[in-house]
Amino acid sequence: MHPIDRDAVQAELDRRRDQPVYLHLETTTGSYTALGPEKKPPVIAFVRNAQVTYARGVVTGPGPYRVGLKLQEGWVYADGLTDFVVTERDELLLAGHDPDGHLTVALQVSAQPFREA
Amino acid sequence: MATPTTAGAPDDASHVATAAPFDAAAERGLLVVLPHPDDETFSSGGTMARCADAGVPVTYLCGTYGDMGRRMGRPAFANRESLRDIRERELAEACAVLGAEARMLGLRDKCVEFEDPIEVADRVRAVIEELDPSTVIAFYPGYAVHADHDALGLIAQLAVRSLPAGRRPRLLAVAVGDQEANRAALGEPGVLSDISATVDRKIAALRAHRSQTEAMFVKWDEDAEDEQAKAFRDRLLGGEKFYLLDPHHVTDYERNRP
Ligand SMILES: [Zn+2]
Repeated sequence: MHPIDRDAVQAELDRRRDQPVYLHLETTTGSYTALGPEKKPPVIAFVRNAQVTYARGVVTGPGPYRVGLKLQEGWVYADGLTDFVVTERDELLLAGHDPDGHLTVALQVSAQPFREA
Repeated sequence: MATPTTAGAPDDASHVATAAPFDAAAERGLLVVLPHPDDETFSSGGTMARCADAGVPVTYLCGTYGDMGRRMGRPAFANRESLRDIRERELAEACAVLGAEARMLGLRDKCVEFEDPIEVADRVRAVIEELDPSTVIAFYPGYAVHADHDALGLIAQLAVRSLPAGRRPRLLAVAVGDQEANRAALGEPGVLSDISATVDRKIAALRAHRSQTEAMFVKWDEDAEDEQAKAFRDRLLGGEKFYLLDPHHVTDYERNRP
């Protein structure tokens, strides 16, 4: 992935609006937080391959960045995004990484379903 | 807490034994059943290599592709969509180092506990019947920190339990996380595997799981004096410890599942 270029990401969001897209939205502390010094329980959520259509998608912020997708009846939101890439399968992947390179948040959209195991 | 199964035994201990050494030469086959690429190396890589050295067939039945992991390498070189194939390749390399054959169950990472355990246990049992191992290594249900670990630990136990008596391999269970708490609940591990002859390969296999272990190796190099990192490394590269788990022992984890 590359550091987010706002203009490039905005163009990719615009290119996918007003059509059904598959969404992967995720945030994770990792599953091993309980082993850390603070013994915090893990906090993880993801949605994979939910279909949404957004009329308006915007990337904002000074970095880390936020993305909001305005749906007909709701919103998709992510904060803490730092990196992006468009894959060979034309999937738009946005993610946030901590200083150790661990993924903390992901927001992805694609016209095709994301691969399943 | 559970009612002790044996008078005087710690809670949830299926078996209290004096520790016996793991004897690779006495094995007929080793089957390791864990959910993620890298679990095999962390928990039992040295023991797998010992068996391979002794000419014992070693198979790793890996539950998932680890595709929902958050470690992406340091610096990150993987992403959510590329991680699956990267981890599959890393696993192939690690298994080549350890002398094991890798097979995949193809479950979704983080979702093992939501599958029908009997259905997955039937698939694990079919592999046991085909390979006829003398020992199965799995996580100790309820003492394995990660929900996938606990879930596949129970599934492996159910698979062994469902075999006819006389066809059941012995089940060695791996407890992870807080060793003190595990000892308080389970007693001392019953089987100790001396991995001094194979620790170099365990390290090489850990390195092969590059996306998952680069950050750890950087930490070991940078914070050589960090007490917690040192303790973890000493435990990881010291002997491998297993609990002998009676397949019919009903753990708290099994009792409390939905
Ligand atoms: Zn694992």
